[in-house]
Amino acid sequence: MPNQLTVTVNGAEVIVPSGATVAVAVVLAGQACRMSVTGEPRGPLCGMGICFECRVEIDGNRHVRSCQTVCAQGMDICTEK
Amino acid sequence: MMSREQRQHFDVLVIGGGPAGQAAAVCAAESGVRVGIVDDNPSLGGQIWRAEAGGPQLDQKSNGQPNTPAAKWAQRLRASGAEVLCGLRVVDQPEERVLLAEGSSGFRELEYEKLVLATGARERFLPFPGWTLPNVMGAGGLQAMVKGGLPIRGKRVVVAGTGPLLLAVAAYLRKHGAQIPLICEQASWSSLARFGTALVRWPNKIVQGLQLKRDLAGVQLAANSWVLAAHGQATLESAVVCHAGKVESISCDYLACGFHLIPNVELPSLLGCTISHGRVQVDDFQQTTVPFVYCAGEPTSIGGVEQALIEGQIAGLASAGQETEARTLFAKRKKARDFAKLLDRTFCLRSELRSLPLSETTVCRCEDVPYSRLHQHTSWRAAKLQTRCGMGPCQGRVCGPATQFLFKWNPDSIRPPVFPARVETLAVLATQSATQLDLQHSEVTGGQ
Repeated sequence: MPNQLTVTVNGAEVIVPSGATVAVAVVLAGQACRMSVTGEPRGPLCGMGICFECRVEIDGNRHVRSCQTVCAQGMDICTEK
Repeated sequence: MMSREQRQHFDVLVIGGGPAGQAAAVCAAESGVRVGIVDDNPSLGGQIWRAEAGGPQLDQKSNGQPNTPAAKWAQRLRASGAEVLCGLRVVDQPEERVLLAEGSSGFRELEYEKLVLATGARERFLPFPGWTLPNVMGAGGLQAMVKGGLPIRGKRVVVAGTGPLLLAVAAYLRKHGAQIPLICEQASWSSLARFGTALVRWPNKIVQGLQLKRDLAGVQLAANSWVLAAHGQATLESAVVCHAGKVESISCDYLACGFHLIPNVELPSLLGCTISHGRVQVDDFQQTTVPFVYCAGEPTSIGGVEQALIEGQIAGLASAGQETEARTLFAKRKKARDFAKLLDRTFCLRSELRSLPLSETTVCRCEDVPYSRLHQHTSWRAAKLQTRCGMGPCQGRVCGPATQFLFKWNPDSIRPPVFPARVETLAVLATQSATQLDLQHSEVTGGQ
């Protein structure tokens, strides 16, 4: 298993350690996971799938909890607007 | 409709793959019954035994023998023959003794004779100005992120809130290269001193405490201290704390803030188990008020990993009919539960924390409901109906415990699905309830 892999966050390539969660990839990309209903940037809070603040779109699937999803090579991640 | 092949049957089905769930699954499976263990995370371990990204797997051996409790239980679980189902989240019980679970590749029906609920706990979050800024996380939340691959070396992390988790997280982060300028514990020195004295009954906790003390040598731990606000433009830049009566601003990259733990009782509640004071009520054999449904670990009381392992073993043995064996663990459990009571007493929240939110401070993060729109309501239900507080995707898991503390509101009853589910999954539920209605209808009309 390679030590690192590459994913894209909003089109930009990000290198993450293998086994990293998508939430980590988004933070490493310097992006907020989503914008709140009043337009505030939000990032991960609970880290365990409870709070839904880290939800993003992964390979076309919307509202996926990024903290409970492990990165795969080439994964296409889009933060929620 | 779903085909029969997608339905799996278990004598004992365990929900939750942390210490309690693993112990239950091991003990039930070693008794010779067919066991399944379900977890919504990509791998087992729960929060406390969460493995590090790219690190050794839990059951990896060192010198031929597993060398940690987590590794020992993981190895025993593997040998027990229990079927492990990860990445599956239970959303509802569409019919008697059948749970519907959703995963990335669709849904599955899990049929059981006996059910063990080991749903663990989550951190309690309290709102304060700036707590919604990115990089303000739970204490356990940040630890989970670091275990999930977030680089923390050289980062400045203020750790704040209450409970033993703060020290464990601070020690973990420091070991991974973080700088910890301050740990703010809201409990008083006197209650921490009473806690320390009472620990003589639990020598292993003293050993753990001394290890933490060594790991945190040189780190400032302040009691009677709490966070007042987080500041930053798009992301966190500094934390303002009330530190022994003085207000201090500390620049930091992360604020790790959690106020002890809240049992996850949503699924037990959905299944009809009696919940009292936020805890699932169980009998001596860990059986809930619903026959055939057992509960173990944090949902019954916040006692930590030792209690979870003992309760898990009792639930696993009892659910597999090994009641005599289960009885041998009762004395150990009593002692573990006394420790849980000590935790509750020591880390109860001070009333000053109720005045942290300003009128514009967000309380419900899903729906962006500010404090000013909530405080005039008299109940959680009224606030939900009028403001949408608690009606977003977290279903009140974050703002529910917060408003319970802030306004003394009681939580509402739970409705399915217990987690937001995809339309395909909901369609299964709809089809099944329609079938049930048809059946009821034909019974009433005497059939077709």
